[in-house]
Amino acid sequence: MSLKANEKNSIESGTFSLTDVVSIADISRKEIEIVLNKAKNLEEMDKKEKSKILENRVVASLFFEPSTRTRLSFETAIQNLGGRVIGFADPGVSSFKKGETLSDTIKMIERYADIIVMRHFIEGAARRAAEISQVPIINGGDGANQHPTQTLLDLYTIKKEFGKIDGITIGLLGDLKYGRTVHSLAYALAKFNDAKIYCISPEQLKMPKEIIEDIKGKVKVIETDDLNKVLPELDVLYATRIQKERFADEKDYNKVKNAFILDAGILKKTKKQFRIMHPLPRVNEIKTELDLTPAALYFEQAANGVPVREALLAMLLGKKKVI
Amino acid sequence: MSEKKIHISPIKNGTAIDHLPVGTSLKILEAINVNDATCTAAMNVESKKMGRKDILFIEGKELNETEMDKIRILGKNGTMNIIKDSKISKKESIDYPNEAKGILTCANEKCITNKEGLITKFSLKKNPLSAKCFYCEKSMDKKEIMNSIKKG
Ligand SMILES: [Zn+2]
Repeated sequence: MSLKANEKNSIESGTFSLTDVVSIADISRKEIEIVLNKAKNLEEMDKKEKSKILENRVVASLFFEPSTRTRLSFETAIQNLGGRVIGFADPGVSSFKKGETLSDTIKMIERYADIIVMRHFIEGAARRAAEISQVPIINGGDGANQHPTQTLLDLYTIKKEFGKIDGITIGLLGDLKYGRTVHSLAYALAKFNDAKIYCISPEQLKMPKEIIEDIKGKVKVIETDDLNKVLPELDVLYATRIQKERFADEKDYNKVKNAFILDAGILKKTKKQFRIMHPLPRVNEIKTELDLTPAALYFEQAANGVPVREALLAMLLGKKKVI
Repeated sequence: MSEKKIHISPIKNGTAIDHLPVGTSLKILEAINVNDATCTAAMNVESKKMGRKDILFIEGKELNETEMDKIRILGKNGTMNIIKDSKISKKESIDYPNEAKGILTCANEKCITNKEGLITKFSLKKNPLSAKCFYCEKSMDKKEIMNSIKKG
């Protein structure tokens, strides 16, 4: 049985050319599809069979910045595949805070682990690690820069729900200026055909011009601050949190903070298959009254992180790099 | 006029850079490591083509690729002449390079290159000029690029 699983695994990973998952910018549409297919296979796979994929393997989980959600999702994926986890959840309790360079940490850990999952507050940390590590690196977030596994699980959620990503009409809502998640998702959707993106935000938190410039021509992008007007057209509304810290003046924050709160009333205007996504944690931007409606996709979205991360772990395994 | 004649003397071995935008000759001298090379800058010289221009001569030093890339960023539209034994051995119309390695400092203070003193790598786009950091993926515009060129 295990041989069969490994064999299947090696065939399917053959076409996944990346040795590290650092940035969504590195991943082509075809490779995204390979990841999503693999995730689907793993979801359908017998648990026992699945638990042999990382048998006798060690995955390092290095969280230089705490993120309980992302860490638990990764560690669940590792455990489901039968792997063992080493690492730390918070650098405050380890010696890594004491001035050791990232390079030194990686050069040490790569000798213990088959794959390194890392989250770091320094931007570019994962790229640096990938450059020097002989074992694959999976970026679990590097500051405000990249969080590719979030984007892949977002895409997986859309694919699972709608059967495809091409032609999707999605509203990105809330803080589009600083929101790393929506930036990456917009770039990823630009790799697909005929996606339509409504950027719905207050004036102060609009999608950066460079990003609009980069993706227009590949997707339709429409900027608006009127959610109600676009609601009937949307397949997906991707909500994000508006953070108080983003506003220089509290008055400005108070003006917009309640403008984009979603309640059950919105469902009167939406399509039947309309779905709400959110990277979580939410504060008050989605009222709990929506949680039990068919539109609420956000908890399932979070759960989809596990098969997507399993897929990446399975496909990167054994991809030792020659440096 | 007589002064100009004294300073702009042909060089035997080195680099002559002509048609530089006014003010760039000093910036180039700041950006490269001149050591004990003899450098002569003619500034704000009349030019048929440009109105006014700078000319820079660097005698007795072979520029390395990093230094040439700095000149390619600073001296766009100029002409770089490599001179060996009083003859032009290579002539290059100066244009932005596609990549810049170890030349620019990333403007993102949260970037790992600034935190750990790494050699920076940028990919450049022209029209308009921008440079994207290989590590943190942030882009710098022309003004930021010109301000971030490392000193020689
Ligand atoms: Zn950078």
